[in-house]
Amino acid sequence: MASLHIEDLRKGFGALPVLRQIDLTIGDGEFVCFLGPSGCGKSTLLRSIAGLETPDGGTIRLGSREITHLPSARRNIAMVFQNYALYPHMDVRRNLSFGLALNGMKRDEIRRRVDNAADILRIRELLDRKPRQLSGGQRQRVAIGRAIVREPELFLLDEPLSNLDAGLRVTMRVELAALHARLGTTMVYVTHDQVEAMTLADRVVVLDKGVVSQFGAPLELFYRPANLFVARFIGSPAMNLFDVTVASCDAARLELAGPGLMKPLTLDMDGTPACAAGSAATLGIRPDKLEIVTAGEGELAGLVQLVERLGTESHVHVRLEDGRTVMAVVRGTHPVRAGETVHLKLSPQHCHVFDAAGQALPRQLDAETEALINQRKGRLVA
Amino acid sequence: MRKLLLHSALTLLALLFILPFYWTFLSAVKSTADLYQFPPVFWPSEWHFENFAASWNKLPFNTFLWNSTVVVVLSTIGQVLSSSLVAFGFARFRFPGRDALFILLLATMMIPWDVKMIPLYMEFNYIGWINTLKPLIVPSYFADAFFVFMLRQFIMTVPLEIDEAARMDGASSFDIYWRIHLPLMLPGLILVGTFHFMNAWNDYLGPLIFLNDQSKYTLTLGLALFKNPHDVDITAVAAITTLLCLPPLALFFVAQRYIMDGAVGSAVKG
Repeated sequence: MASLHIEDLRKGFGALPVLRQIDLTIGDGEFVCFLGPSGCGKSTLLRSIAGLETPDGGTIRLGSREITHLPSARRNIAMVFQNYALYPHMDVRRNLSFGLALNGMKRDEIRRRVDNAADILRIRELLDRKPRQLSGGQRQRVAIGRAIVREPELFLLDEPLSNLDAGLRVTMRVELAALHARLGTTMVYVTHDQVEAMTLADRVVVLDKGVVSQFGAPLELFYRPANLFVARFIGSPAMNLFDVTVASCDAARLELAGPGLMKPLTLDMDGTPACAAGSAATLGIRPDKLEIVTAGEGELAGLVQLVERLGTESHVHVRLEDGRTVMAVVRGTHPVRAGETVHLKLSPQHCHVFDAAGQALPRQLDAETEALINQRKGRLVA
Repeated sequence: MRKLLLHSALTLLALLFILPFYWTFLSAVKSTADLYQFPPVFWPSEWHFENFAASWNKLPFNTFLWNSTVVVVLSTIGQVLSSSLVAFGFARFRFPGRDALFILLLATMMIPWDVKMIPLYMEFNYIGWINTLKPLIVPSYFADAFFVFMLRQFIMTVPLEIDEAARMDGASSFDIYWRIHLPLMLPGLILVGTFHFMNAWNDYLGPLIFLNDQSKYTLTLGLALFKNPHDVDITAVAAITTLLCLPPLALFFVAQRYIMDGAVGSAVKG
């Protein structure tokens, strides 16, 4: 096991910069997810750590060793690839033992490690099969097994569940969490699926256009997004965002007004916000924090365009008077119907405010949420 | 009905292709009287299978067979290894000028053998290889453009992640070629091996130019000895030709599954 330190890492393909000044420290035994949309640089960052890409600048250290320019095989890192990358002509046992045999390990030790990995992943009965004789989930287990047998200091997983169907993905997610709890090895996991990132990771690195947009605990990203990108990217359905104007700004209070707001909204801030009256801002609120109320109580009003009934909850799409559309999540049995005019109330303590540059203005969270954010991810209980 | 017509047409075509083989075989086993009879005899009155042994023993065909075997086996091994290695290089290494070099390699396919014949003779003469089997073997260890192209297509169908996984497992570039790609492109290698085997086995011009001494002759040159300006020993030519057809035919039947897979695969993949 080892910690991973990345300093000022840069990488471009031709004139196109893919990673720009990445600085990260991942703790020993931590499970960290790189999350971001396609093309944000998350896979390039992972491949740079693996030694499959050569960075243009910066350093990568694993524990106390600098590994920036070490060949992949000498980094003591194992990687699980998105498409499994099993050797098609070798049976499972040879797939698992290939790297060990190549490095001159004794047969007894190879057998011990392969059997141990097979027991952990419950693939002992598959050891004599070829990859083409395995299902997607079994192949994924073998790919993970190939990483386990090397007993590396760091696991890298590149979207390992993306080729599995939805049901199997959930099962494998739980198994991965259990595996991390059992091995305690530092793991870095790349995904574009925020559910995977939120459920598996101790901390999540959100990447946007080659820079770290935010690095924090999953709930911190959800409740305290550092900028508009994270606010938009984390949470499903996505956060509702409105262009507003700062009406007034004093110590610890911010008053917002806007074309869509029927009345000004006053928010308590965490210290004096760095903005001036009259400046542009963006107001954000999660759909489940918009409440359908009677006329006169809400800050927003509009026509219900569509109600998506999902059972336990319903998604209500509302077109506001100024033409913008917002979504509210209400309980599944709420009687709202398409074609109705509804009034929506914003819960001030759950609002997020972003300045003109898209950076979040600090807000005081309630004690319960604050405690939840700071709580370390719960380990899987056997 | 449509199927019957189709099958009849195909059978007719197959017979058309088999006819020259059958005629050669018939000429080998006919008596001299039957051989020159007109109209031709399609089912001889006597079958002289002893013609095969007699023809074989007229000239030192054991020596010719040994020479052909040495040339074919060694050059096929060379062709398979060198073409696959070069193909691996073009498919997996990134280096400046790679694509231009590959196009240049493909362009060499357009140079006819006749153009290369005299320079090659001069080169091999300069290094003292004339009247040895080396000119027929050694060039095969420097890859063939067409085979390189074909095997490169095979390699490019293998996901790059497999190479990367092997690299993370500690494999060198040669390990990746030898332990991963070579087994994976087995159908392609069999295809290349079979094609090259047939070319080398049937090669007449190469041995004719580079070999002088009868003790170095290959089977094709030996066969030509039955023909001289005054006479042609038709029975012997037909008997040896029939025997010469057997190894490529046997190889094709053994390897036909791979050849068809390989030919179709390289056509539709990559």
